[in-house]
Amino acid sequence: MSFEPKIVAFLCNWCAYAGADMAGTSRIKYPANVVPIRVMCSGRVDPEFVLDAFEKGADGVFIGGCHPGDCHYVSGNYRTRKRVIMMKKLLQEMGINPARLRLEWVSATEGKKFATVIEEFVNEIKELGPSPEGE
Amino acid sequence: MFVCHCGVNIAGVVDVERVAEEMRHYPGVVFSTTYQYMCSDPGQNLIRQKIEEEGLDGVVVAACSPSMHEETFRSVCRDYFSEYRCEMANIREQDSWVHESEEATEKAIKILKATVEKLKGNEDFEPILVPVEKKVLVIGGGIAGIQTALDIADAGYKVILVEKEASIGGHMAQLSETFPTLDCSQCILTPKMVSVSRHPNIKLLAYSEVTEVSGYVGNFEVKIRQKPRYVDVDKCTVCGDCEDACPVVVPNAFEMDREPRKAIYIPFPQAVPSTYTIDRDACLGLAPLTCAECREKCEADAINYDMMPRIIEEKVGAIIIATGYDMYDKSNLVEYGYGDDDDIITSLEFERMLSASGPTGGNIIKPSTGKPPKKVVFIQCAGSRDRQHMPHCSSICCMYTAKHALLYKHHVHDGEAYIFYIDIRATGKGYEEFIANVMEEERINYVRGKVAKIFREGDDIVVWGVDTLTGRKVEVRADLVVLAMALVGKETTRDVAKLFKVAVDEGIFLKEAHPKLKPVEALSRGIYYAGCAQAPKDIPAAVAQASAAASKALALISKDELEKDPLIAVVDEEHCSGCGVCISVCPYGALQRGSDGKAHCIEALCEGCGTCAAACPSNNIEMRNYRDEQIEKMIEVIV
Repeated sequence: MSFEPKIVAFLCNWCAYAGADMAGTSRIKYPANVVPIRVMCSGRVDPEFVLDAFEKGADGVFIGGCHPGDCHYVSGNYRTRKRVIMMKKLLQEMGINPARLRLEWVSATEGKKFATVIEEFVNEIKELGPSPEGE
Repeated sequence: MFVCHCGVNIAGVVDVERVAEEMRHYPGVVFSTTYQYMCSDPGQNLIRQKIEEEGLDGVVVAACSPSMHEETFRSVCRDYFSEYRCEMANIREQDSWVHESEEATEKAIKILKATVEKLKGNEDFEPILVPVEKKVLVIGGGIAGIQTALDIADAGYKVILVEKEASIGGHMAQLSETFPTLDCSQCILTPKMVSVSRHPNIKLLAYSEVTEVSGYVGNFEVKIRQKPRYVDVDKCTVCGDCEDACPVVVPNAFEMDREPRKAIYIPFPQAVPSTYTIDRDACLGLAPLTCAECREKCEADAINYDMMPRIIEEKVGAIIIATGYDMYDKSNLVEYGYGDDDDIITSLEFERMLSASGPTGGNIIKPSTGKPPKKVVFIQCAGSRDRQHMPHCSSICCMYTAKHALLYKHHVHDGEAYIFYIDIRATGKGYEEFIANVMEEERINYVRGKVAKIFREGDDIVVWGVDTLTGRKVEVRADLVVLAMALVGKETTRDVAKLFKVAVDEGIFLKEAHPKLKPVEALSRGIYYAGCAQAPKDIPAAVAQASAAASKALALISKDELEKDPLIAVVDEEHCSGCGVCISVCPYGALQRGSDGKAHCIEALCEGCGTCAAACPSNNIEMRNYRDEQIEKMIEVIV
């Protein structure tokens, strides 16, 4: 059986979650490996959630936020950007490929973009294989 | 657990019975069922009935996106318990509509389990009540902004109307006659413009732009920058002496740059506010001072070269964005030769040509010769419905092009008019009849097909196209070509959208909260849209939408108090070390250091983003109903 990665997606309520809804409204298909958790802001994503997800066996973690300058909460996405840089270093240290964590800006109108980046991410994780943490 | 079929939308893909069956055995779930349309009255009654029969104290509805029906189901549950004991699981937009059956069913089960886990951790909260500022900000003074401002003002509430240009009126002030009744555009618009300027409830800030916004629904604080006109509006008598004296000549944007104006100008005779304005970039009188011709001639002593920009601060409860449209950049249409030829013009330029107050005094001319054109080609969908340019239909071009051809025939009786079109879309009231009349009575040559190339040969503009009904090549040697340019959102709408944190699409049109059911509302509460800023539309649609936005804003500001979401940050003050990281990351200043040195969250200021909770190094900040523990449980069942 082919490897089907398990991916957690943290989607901010105002942009990425609405963008994912837009993909649905436009009936743009993408792989079902990604299960969303809606958070109010991508800034809510505590680095501990990411580590927790990998520890529990996730093969990838996706964070979707508003484009720079568009954050519903003014600057939450800038915090996320900084934290993601920090987390990628941390993952590297832990022996988890930093590519397993992906941050994307998706606006409420970008249904196509949401589907595209999810498909890309799933394919990338498929190539990387199962996460070492999950084994 | 209530799993909705949504007709075939969900049940056609997801095996809803299997989902309900599997969830029936999930810890905490005591009842699980499916129903065809959970949002229908019988569906809602089913939820009520089961809450009573089974003694439920929490409900998960697995259906569409919460943006669609969260309010519906929460209001059902509110009769029995706190709305926070009702959660929606989105298995339509983010599942059945985007995945195939087996994988969609598996994913639905995961989403449902995660939702149950979140619900189990939810606590009951009462909404926080905040006062409402009973005033509305309207951005954009075209017909949509004017109508929405008048409606709100007539209802007895205060309006701040901000217009970027020197006068209100927008594009409608540029139009000649309006389809399908051929009313004179200015004649129906200008009385409304005057009403705006005289209305005691409207504060008109023309030549102004919103520069800053903060706060939240019911309590927005905005800063507006009014540019200096260098002319005192109260003193100016619009005598025109200054204009005669001014030595500087620049292109007139109101006339699509096809006529000159002076550096001191009034955009059009009926401008509101009725005053002259000095074009800062063109005037020689502003620093360095080399000319003061206008000031010397002004008997009213209205001219002041030292005028400074003014910053106006206002508090408003609701905001309506009506920033309008622009024509698609003509220089993009290289295949139609724009920019190289005087005799290929845009529909808005033709509109000015038809206007009695326009550059030609209402005469239709071939610009290169000044003579009446004997053969005119109108090209619809210039930049619209074209993957090379804008994919959308601009909605109004079929109608105004028919009007253009009709008016042309009325002006030049022996003239010949050709209209190249893809389809004719005449869906408004009386529109089809208008088109039929133009086709039959006015003997216009409608050619179904796209134009491939336009080029000049001597005095003629040669138009090459294909008549797709006959399959023949068509060549027309025309005197004048009029391009019905695509309508796009204004570049400045992008700036406004950024300021108010609302999204725009590729055409720079504002994104609504729901394309069908909330067409005038932004995703953020308290912000509404009117007119072409949302999508291309004709005048009656823009006016109707303006009134709709006004009624939405009125419903909001007529309340004395608004309910604010209580899902905010809570600091564990006992364990807080007072490091201050949360204070530094909070975008709202809601976290403040108390006299005990610890962080405190100010309820009224917190918007509930959760950035502080993610930043707190000792995990002493929790988000209500988005607690770490809840999210970690969700992660667990997902992976």
